[in-house]
Amino acid sequence: MPEREGNLEALGSLIQGFGVLADPMNIAYMFIGITLGVLIGVLPGLGGANGVAILLPLTFSMSPTSAIIMLSCIYWGALFGGAITSVLFNIPGEPWSVATTFDGHPMAQKGHAGEALTAAFTSSFFGAFVAVLLITFLAPVIAGFALRFGPAEFFAVQLLTFCSFVGMGSESPFKVLCAMMLGFALAAVGLDSVTGELRMTFGSVELLRGFDFLIAVIGLFGIGEILLTMEEGLAFKGKSAKINAKVVWETWKSLPRYWMTAIRGSIVGCWMGITPGGATPASFMSYGLAKRFSKNRQNFGNGEMEGVVAPETAAHAAGTSALLPMLTLGIPGSPTAAVLLGGLLIWGLQPGPLLFVEQKEFVWGLIASMYLGNIAGLIVVLTTVPVFASILRIPFSIIAPVIVVICAVGAYTVHNAFLDIVMMLVFGVVGYVFKKLSYPLAPLVLALVLGDMAESSFRQAMLVSQGDLAIFWSNPLVGSIVTLALVMLFWPVFSALLRKRQSRQDGGTQVIPVK
Amino acid sequence: MKDVQRPRCARKTPFDSFAFKKPYGRSLASGTALAGALGLLLIPNAAQAAWEPTKSVEFVVPAGTGGGADQMARMIQGIIQKNNLMGQPIVVINKSGGAGAEGFLDVKSSNRNPHKIIITLSNLFTTPLATGVPFSWKDMTPVAMLALDNFVLWVNSEAPQKSPKEFVEAAKEGGANRFKMGGTGSKQEDQIITAAIEQSAGVTFTYVPYKGGGDVAAQLVGNHINASVNNPIEAVSQWRAGALRPLCVFDKERIPLKEPVADGKSWNSIPTCKESGLDVEYTMLRGIFMGPGVTPDQVAYYVDLFKKVRETEEWKDFMAKGAFNVSFKTGDDFKTWLTAAETQHKTLMDKAGFTKQ
Repeated sequence: MPEREGNLEALGSLIQGFGVLADPMNIAYMFIGITLGVLIGVLPGLGGANGVAILLPLTFSMSPTSAIIMLSCIYWGALFGGAITSVLFNIPGEPWSVATTFDGHPMAQKGHAGEALTAAFTSSFFGAFVAVLLITFLAPVIAGFALRFGPAEFFAVQLLTFCSFVGMGSESPFKVLCAMMLGFALAAVGLDSVTGELRMTFGSVELLRGFDFLIAVIGLFGIGEILLTMEEGLAFKGKSAKINAKVVWETWKSLPRYWMTAIRGSIVGCWMGITPGGATPASFMSYGLAKRFSKNRQNFGNGEMEGVVAPETAAHAAGTSALLPMLTLGIPGSPTAAVLLGGLLIWGLQPGPLLFVEQKEFVWGLIASMYLGNIAGLIVVLTTVPVFASILRIPFSIIAPVIVVICAVGAYTVHNAFLDIVMMLVFGVVGYVFKKLSYPLAPLVLALVLGDMAESSFRQAMLVSQGDLAIFWSNPLVGSIVTLALVMLFWPVFSALLRKRQSRQDGGTQVIPVK
Repeated sequence: MKDVQRPRCARKTPFDSFAFKKPYGRSLASGTALAGALGLLLIPNAAQAAWEPTKSVEFVVPAGTGGGADQMARMIQGIIQKNNLMGQPIVVINKSGGAGAEGFLDVKSSNRNPHKIIITLSNLFTTPLATGVPFSWKDMTPVAMLALDNFVLWVNSEAPQKSPKEFVEAAKEGGANRFKMGGTGSKQEDQIITAAIEQSAGVTFTYVPYKGGGDVAAQLVGNHINASVNNPIEAVSQWRAGALRPLCVFDKERIPLKEPVADGKSWNSIPTCKESGLDVEYTMLRGIFMGPGVTPDQVAYYVDLFKKVRETEEWKDFMAKGAFNVSFKTGDDFKTWLTAAETQHKTLMDKAGFTKQ
């Protein structure tokens, strides 16, 4: 009974929230935010966090509600926009759209850029919508759940991300291992967050920063792709992309087929956003899971729409639900949420358990704007699908230099450092060599983004337990995640064993078709 | 950004009024040219008193986006823009690499560049000691101390300890390393305070470094650690929600804010650690520095600017919300304070074994 009352109250507050939005200025801010956000998302390097941070002081003279509506809409816009360059040029506009490149770009190469973009945007919207529903009705319950996550639990989740992604590619396991170890090594450069000392910087000032994931990604994917295309004849594949409004409709008709992937992606995303694990790991985990459980797993990596749906739903669900621990606990679930948190304090609001009680208008205005903002975002990006897809028709000799310049600007923006541009070019060559030798890039990128986090969680857990590994089975929550991770890791071995036994029982030579 | 292109504010300086008349002087006949020449003689003095930025000012934050220093820098940026305190835009840039070393080295190498300022946190002292990266406050030009950030000893409200004394006793009874103290970063302010408590009370904690203050507070609420030394602003909402309990504040004196915050208690009702028998004092500098080789009038411009910032309602409100110590120091006063603080850090870190050999 009390829960139902809670829900009714939530509905009532939400309606009030929509009332706050009825102010035309707030609607205007919403659209400004979305448009800026999409642009920020398209430009690699200039992430949502940077974009919001730059605009934060400008919101100083607005009311907090208008300010958060505009800034959070920038965030939604960036979440949508990150997919655009991933699909078209294999350049992830944002870290969380790396996994979108795996199948989104091959789709574009086959001439299905419009379909890939539509699928990406629609599933983003779906993920966000699930997350907003969750925030509306279950906020207090879920906020409590996040508190149960200590270092051991965080490590368990990161381990699960690795395990659900690794050990299923078609590449040789040694190449996967190689790429991953290189990623870990690069992630280790810079400050060791546990001892507070410098590692592998060799006295160089430039290496103090370590290797930023974004710069690596811009180089490995963006510049690497350009180098490959140059070798293959100075033209983009997929020139013949169908570009008209019908594409959107046709794609929508085929999307319900992936309902299972979308729901799984949303669950993974919401969970990762709340705990808070972040949108980037969520997208990798969701992609890994989809690849493992899909009927079309053979086709993953070659332009399978399911491979676009999975990471996009998860990324957007995680990005959205990351605001919940920020509002209720004051812990940011993503870099952008961290900046928004700073914003709350600047506007004189105190994030924490009492925000929902004391600042009702603000909180529910924000939640209402999540609904409307995402709908507005979907409209903005879908209407521009044909425009974006037609970029591929521009001759390579014109667009390629533009991409290189945009990449360079993006790499520079991350830390305002010139050496990062050089670093990006070096990563570009590495990316090219990797592709030529058919080493997978994904494990390297995953290790680079998760390596740091996993290392500190693991070492924090070891500090807490005084070096006892049993901490990873010390309570049902952490124990079940770790066990699940290990099952995931050894799944190929299990399934091979099972198959062998089955075929033996069948007495024979029967070959089980994979598809 | 729309505000920043407006003409400089109506502040009256001798230089401004002269500059305003200059075109007339040029267009008039030789009789008035004499007056013009006299005016020119006066320029050097006038200009010195009224140096102003001629291009956008870079505001370096030697920490990541979203942290305490970043918040304060962006707050200042907002106040300056909103109140039109500067004729040129001010741009916040994060240079967090190597525990802030990247930002400090950048300012250190910006010799005679008056268009770059940096906001500090304790890593001004701790990073060179812990990492061996060579820089010190003496490599830069001190401008002003804006405020001192307070630290409070927090425990979960379910914990039985009600005073620092009980806390220390419980930690002793639990045995060495049994009590877990969470904090931000490693070999930085939080761990230094932890080490100071250890040295002063004869206990040992297991220090667990986390990424940010918000994380630490949430870990304490979730009972994954036993205590923290969070800044007031990081933990106040959990205090108000009844999840955390403050035991003592590490400043020399009690926080003077008497308005009730949580449960009828104000910041002022939290005793200092020293008065409750735990002899540890620590505050964190929020100060502004410039590169080496800048002229006194350039420093004076920024001192004046930050005085104006401090007078705004927004700043006062921010200081109260975060229960900051609002001391303001410039010039030799500030340098004396810096020298003392540097010695304090060196002593504490040497004793704790945090100094890189």
